Amino acid sequence: MSIQEVPQGRLRSPFYSRLQALDTLNTWHEWKGYSSADALYCAETEYFAIRNATGVFDLTPMTKYRISGPDALDYLDRLVTRDMQKIKPGRVAYAVWCDDQGQVIDDGTIFHLREGEYRLCSQERHFAWLTAAAIGFDVSVVVETAEVAALAVQGPTSFTVLSSMGLEGLATLKPFGLRHFEFAGTELMVSRTGYTGDLGYEVWIAAEKAELLWDALFAAGQLHGIRAIGTHALDLARIEAGYLAAFEDFLPADTTVRTGRSRSPFELGLDWLVDFKKPNFNGRKALAEEKRNGSTWRLVKLDIEGNKPAHHAYIYAKEKRNKKEIGFITSAAWSPVCKQNVALGTVRMPHGKTGDTVWVEIFYQREMHWTRVMAKAVVVDKPFWFPPRRSLTPPDPY
Amino acid sequence: MTDRYDAIVVGAGHNGLVCASLLAKAGKSVLLLEANKQVGGAAITRPFADGYSVSAGAHLLYQLQPEVQKELKLNIKMAADNLSTIVLSANGRHVRYCGDEVSGVRQKDVDSFAEFHQRMTRYADLLRTAFNKPPPRLGTTNKKDLLSLARFGFDVRRLGKIEMREFLRLIGMNIHDELSERFDNPLLKGGLSLDAVLGTHLGPRSPNTIMTYLYRLAGNRGRLALPVGGMGSVSDALAHAARGAGVTIRTNMPVKRIIVENGRATGVETEEGERFSSLTIVSNADPRRTIMKLVGARHVETRFTHRINNIRMRGNAAKLHLALDGLPTIDGLTRKDFGERLLLAVDENHVERAFNPAKYGESSPSPVVEMTFPSFRDESLAPTGKHVMSAIVQYAPYDLKGGWTDTAREEFRQAAIKAIAQYAPDIEQRIIASELLTPVDIEREFHISGGHWHHGELTLDQFLFVRPVAGAAQYQMPLDGLYLCGAGTHPGGGVSGAAGRNAARVILSGGKPV
Ligand SMILES: Cc1cc2nc3c(=O)[nH]c(=O)nc-3n(C[C@H](O)[C@H](O)[C@H](O)COP(=O)(O)OP(=O)(O)OC[C@H]3O[C@@H](n4cnc5c(N)ncnc54)[C@H](O)[C@@H]3O)c2cc1C
Repeated sequence: MSIQEVPQGRLRSPFYSRLQALDTLNTWHEWKGYSSADALYCAETEYFAIRNATGVFDLTPMTKYRISGPDALDYLDRLVTRDMQKIKPGRVAYAVWCDDQGQVIDDGTIFHLREGEYRLCSQERHFAWLTAAAIGFDVSVVVETAEVAALAVQGPTSFTVLSSMGLEGLATLKPFGLRHFEFAGTELMVSRTGYTGDLGYEVWIAAEKAELLWDALFAAGQLHGIRAIGTHALDLARIEAGYLAAFEDFLPADTTVRTGRSRSPFELGLDWLVDFKKPNFNGRKALAEEKRNGSTWRLVKLDIEGNKPAHHAYIYAKEKRNKKEIGFITSAAWSPVCKQNVALGTVRMPHGKTGDTVWVEIFYQREMHWTRVMAKAVVVDKPFWFPPRRSLTPPDPY
Repeated sequence: MTDRYDAIVVGAGHNGLVCASLLAKAGKSVLLLEANKQVGGAAITRPFADGYSVSAGAHLLYQLQPEVQKELKLNIKMAADNLSTIVLSANGRHVRYCGDEVSGVRQKDVDSFAEFHQRMTRYADLLRTAFNKPPPRLGTTNKKDLLSLARFGFDVRRLGKIEMREFLRLIGMNIHDELSERFDNPLLKGGLSLDAVLGTHLGPRSPNTIMTYLYRLAGNRGRLALPVGGMGSVSDALAHAARGAGVTIRTNMPVKRIIVENGRATGVETEEGERFSSLTIVSNADPRRTIMKLVGARHVETRFTHRINNIRMRGNAAKLHLALDGLPTIDGLTRKDFGERLLLAVDENHVERAFNPAKYGESSPSPVVEMTFPSFRDESLAPTGKHVMSAIVQYAPYDLKGGWTDTAREEFRQAAIKAIAQYAPDIEQRIIASELLTPVDIEREFHISGGHWHHGELTLDQFLFVRPVAGAAQYQMPLDGLYLCGAGTHPGGGVSGAAGRNAARVILSGGKPV
């Protein structure tokens, strides 16, 4: 007699069998219905795979929508704040979309797969919003999260790994480019995109071929330090790269209840994504008004003294007489690769200009007892981690 | 080069005409573009058979606002005024009402009717004050808006505590319950039920039907008139006033799109590709057509599009026109009674039962009817000795299951004629020609999406501050320079001119509350 496993109600990615085989920690969390690993053997080691070799992260739970039809471009152009006319087939755009009040619902990437055919990816689900936004457009929006398996293949050796898998012509693929390859009798899409701020790719394939892809990838990567990684390692990498995470650095506007808890693109430092020159986009009117009248919040990247990560800390303008806080930290980490205590935070305007000094009140615990330090922090405007190899084309082989 | 105007009005329905005239009177250069060859929208007179003409849409005038008549110096001649309503009985014992008087019913109902009518007109008068001013914006901090909100509240309070409670109790209620509490006579209840639901997608048991009843009375306390030459003469008078004020009216000019540049309306383009520019574009087309077709979802916000797209506006009233070689015989009617308004509704349940199939996309096999013989008082409409019957026949749902095919139309036409023949057995022999306009035909002829009288159901969730939709009351669309002025806006449909006049006032005040 064998013991039957009781299903826990979480979906499994088509890579689950491979991840499970490597998993030694058994710490998984839920990501939009899927089981997603926090880490598989050691978050630090996994993190170093990203920075020194190749880390492979299972992206399948990422929500994916296929957007096509005669009005697909017009639809997307109205949906997101940036000009989608400029995103030609074979290109990928990082974008945000806003509600009618110009508050960010989410950020994501839009892949222009082929003329008039797009894939929109985001951490959160937005079918209701995308459907509402489709009213009046001849466009089809189809959820393809389960049908498309995806891996992030990130790190300095990622180009070498993928090339040795036999993907010819990858060398000329520029950042935010995508290309289709033939693999195992099906189509493999490779984009030079990622969430780590490093050289890296994302690979996309029909779910049935997921395991074949994994096996080929790991066979090719064996000599190049390839490792499967979990969310903790990726999260550290994305903070170093200065990327935002929904529910950490902002709340999707449709999930907030209190006024003032959502953010505009300006308040998230995404001014460069807002294009007032294009005809219209959702939230335009409200954003134009905000542009005229000024924003309430500003997102800051902070270089903090000391080595205590400033998780959830309050930010003050001055070290002493710190009666009123000016903001708070939303993501924080000790960055091993930068040897820096880094954080993303939100401060009230006009605080937080590049070069400003602010103070961060860090609490930490040692053997049960709490200690508090006021750490000096400087507002920086560049990502903490921004190696030249990230955009070098063709990438150097390692 | 495109021609430039201070304002362009899209659609010469009666509201478009009123709005254009008032703008021109205030010194604006105004271009009025109408898709049809004739102005007036659903308020026109046109031929439907050789030698016979009829008010093809609206056929009774009861809401035209005195303010509109005065400001535009209209002089409309009536062929008949203060018409009675006669609810026909198969055995000739008809019920008649006019104002607060009713006959053909027991004394108890007579007394009750007087009281009912008094109370209803008191509430309707309240509604009327709201008719002729733009609705205040909800959630506003603007003083004038707050003032008009307060005033509306105050008007309600002026009724006194008990009356106010009664008003608030009634306003969301259904007419059926109120009528069955008050009256015994089935015909009276049938007639009043029909009054409440004419032109709506509602039955007498639907909530809100007291409101629609009050709305009917709100114009001019329900006083019915027939203009000489039909409804078209109202529109002609308006067009005359418009031209006099300097409006350029161009017919046969369907507008294809409203041009939007950088988040503001800057002009229009006609189907034929002609362009006209203006920083004030006023649409008399219904809200959905204006936003979804003329502007395009692309240019407005998602939630707004969603709300506009969800406006309930499925028409359910058909129009039947008969060319007759003589008046039919109806038991118990004097000849002169043919000049009145005749209703066919056996009782309140008949109206509800007629509505039932419509809920499921079917037409009524036994419809209820509002009938007039306009030629009886107005010889211009038919050859001498001949007559025209103009009837509203309910229910004929816009989205009929299987569509309005020839068979479906013939079936409904037969049902309507059969219904009339129960009272006028010789009607069929008298017919020379007939025309049936289903909501689909109404949509096609008048360019009203869904073929709905009011360009959108007149219910509490689409009334006052939220008409046509929340976030766009006050005639202003969330696109700079774009306004609405038609029945889809506050207060609603009916030939009243109120929406057109209110819109003009908002535009002239530069978007500030008036
Ligand atoms: C069958 C029927 C019976 C009715 N009976 C009565 C009644 O007895 N009494 C009463 O008071 N009310 C009645 N009504 C209601 C009344 O007729 C309407 O509410 C009223 O006419 C609406 O006026 P309006 O000016 O707002 O719009 P409309 O009369 O609908 O006018 C809109 C105008 O805009 C034009 N238009 C639309 N799109 C474009 C475009 N793209 N380009 C150019 N022009 C365009 C249309 O052609 C039309 O002329 C009835 C309605 C119907 C349909």
